[in-house]
Amino acid sequence: MNILVCIKQVPDMEASFVPNRGGTWFDETALSFRMNDYDEFAIEAAVRIKEQLGGTPEVTALSIGPGRVVEVIRKAMAMGCDRGVHLRDEEAASLDPWQIASMISGYASTGGFDLIFTGMQSVDRGSAQVGVLVAERLAIACVTTAVGFSYMAGRATVERELEGGAKVVVSCALPLLVTCQLGLNTPRYPTLPGILRAKKKEIVELSPGQAGMEKPLTRVSGFSHHVSRPSGVVLEGRLDELAGRVAAVLREKRDAIRRGGVR
Amino acid sequence: MKVLLVAEYRQGRLAESTSELLGFADALGGDVSMALVGSPDQLPGFDGRLHFADAGIYGEYDSELHKRLLLQAVEAETPDLIVFMHSSYGWDLAPRISAALGVALLSGVAGMDGDGFTTRCCNGKMRRTVTAMTSPAVLTLLPGAFPSVQPEGVSPELHPMAASGVPVVEFIRYEPPSTGGIDLTRSDVIVCAGRGVGSREKVGLVRALADALGGEVGATRPVVDAGWLEHGRQIGSTGQSVSPGLYVACGVSGAIQHLAGMKGSGFVIALNTDRDAPIVEVADLLVVADLEEFLPLLTAKLGS
Ligand SMILES: Cc1cc2nc3c(=O)[nH]c(=O)nc-3n(C[C@H](O)[C@H](O)[C@H](O)COP(=O)(O)OP(=O)(O)OC[C@H]3O[C@@H](n4cnc5c(N)ncnc54)[C@H](O)[C@@H]3O)c2cc1C
Ligand SMILES: Nc1ncnc2c1ncn2[C@@H]1O[C@H](COP(=O)(O)O)[C@@H](O)[C@H]1O
Repeated sequence: MNILVCIKQVPDMEASFVPNRGGTWFDETALSFRMNDYDEFAIEAAVRIKEQLGGTPEVTALSIGPGRVVEVIRKAMAMGCDRGVHLRDEEAASLDPWQIASMISGYASTGGFDLIFTGMQSVDRGSAQVGVLVAERLAIACVTTAVGFSYMAGRATVERELEGGAKVVVSCALPLLVTCQLGLNTPRYPTLPGILRAKKKEIVELSPGQAGMEKPLTRVSGFSHHVSRPSGVVLEGRLDELAGRVAAVLREKRDAIRRGGVR
Repeated sequence: MKVLLVAEYRQGRLAESTSELLGFADALGGDVSMALVGSPDQLPGFDGRLHFADAGIYGEYDSELHKRLLLQAVEAETPDLIVFMHSSYGWDLAPRISAALGVALLSGVAGMDGDGFTTRCCNGKMRRTVTAMTSPAVLTLLPGAFPSVQPEGVSPELHPMAASGVPVVEFIRYEPPSTGGIDLTRSDVIVCAGRGVGSREKVGLVRALADALGGEVGATRPVVDAGWLEHGRQIGSTGQSVSPGLYVACGVSGAIQHLAGMKGSGFVIALNTDRDAPIVEVADLLVVADLEEFLPLLTAKLGS
């Protein structure tokens, strides 16, 4: 069995973002990068099947991006993926989901993958498109927003999350692409032996052209702060003093609620 | 401009978000049609062409079948825009339509900007203007971004859609939401723990504040996923929807899916180290502070 996991490197979301010179995305200079949260669940799901089947499946971790994304490929390998594919493009941040999907499906169409895992969305772009686009381009089945996954004898059973915490359980034969939602499993931490082993594993580097990158379907013309206009009062300063003021507000609100004044 | 809206129906109910699709179409103007795989007993209040297939015949959502049905409506209407909600239905189906037609998909649209649309990114902190370079283009709308429009006393003109084939993905069953018996909807005061709380141990600081206020503890999704609190305490679009008189958000960034579950709250206080966190948009009071230092001080002051 061959399994592919798609992972993206994203900035820490707590950073303050500054538009780049073209005003189309963030400037990367002061940012620190890590693995997209959703993709950690994807890796864990893949590695668990490998373990379940006694280590026979081969798990490939693929990432598209500049040189720095090798860090997340190494992390994926430290978590148990067997090999890495780096589709190297220094300008990957300017590509749209269609272009990313064209490269992943271009690569995957040569690999005979039985299972492909992606995140449900990337936290920086949040488009929730790439996984489904890849599956459609490969003409394989796809189940999105997985919060439960099990595999047995050529079939997968997937719990899909719906609104309000409801779920739908579906079953599907392989080949299949699954997009992973937060909470699908508990992603493992890389161990020291895992990290050492990952250093010896192979990472294949390919160019966008080799993976069959297509032209974009969208154009970005603006990137700015979402005017998160404070709707109320912002308090800053010495904490002990703030605590007194906030406690007074809390007491007042609580007492008003107790008197039935708020509802 | 011709707009095709795609409404949703599941487990015997037409989605309420149909009114947001209509609100979007109103804001945009133009010739509006709709498509729905639903029930003839629950048709949307809409006075245009409705491309309709009966869910009683087609069964529960099957992506392949719905894709084929919708492509018929697209062929009949030749729309400029095909519009879904950004929901478990929309983000599953919209990319399939986009791929089948080879056209642009803009997801999570929250507004219009010139000939483009604005979408949120970077956890809701930033926004982008994105323009489709194809026609038609497919959109998914961010829930809550457009006003609800509910025309009354009107009914659609039905145009049947039909397709055949066996599902690739087999439906097995639905599972209702489980809250493990925790009901936050009755609480007047909720203190919510977000990832900014930092660790399972420090959730105790949040509980102490909730106790001092006589309230309940709520949580964001990462906090329950990490096992710091029970799943039943999750607030948001995939958790409980609450509307207490007082909501204290501790280390909560204010992601759109979280806000969906608490925006009906009365007075909102946010405690956060980041004064740009999107939670400021709904907070009546934002206290810029580190929780680990601030919560003990605050709880002590309340006790005295
Ligand atoms: C389909 C879907 C459904 C979802 N449903 C839900 C849902 O129902 N409910 C939900 O909550 N989420 C849901 N999410 C997840 C949501 O998108 C966010 O990821 C989540 O709400 C973020 O949780 P958070 O605010 O706790 O964490 P973060 O976004 O990580 O925010 C942590 C905050 O804490 C602050 N902070 C950090 N350290 C400190 C400190 N020492 N002191 C004070 N502040 C600090 C940071 O500045 C930041 O603002 C859903 C996502 C998807 C895709
Ligand atoms: N640059 C990339 N390299 C590898 N995988 C990616 C990349 N961008 C997106 N993906 C995958 O597609 C998923 C959805 O991303 P998106 O459509 O951008 O929200 C992510 O969780 C990843 O699994």
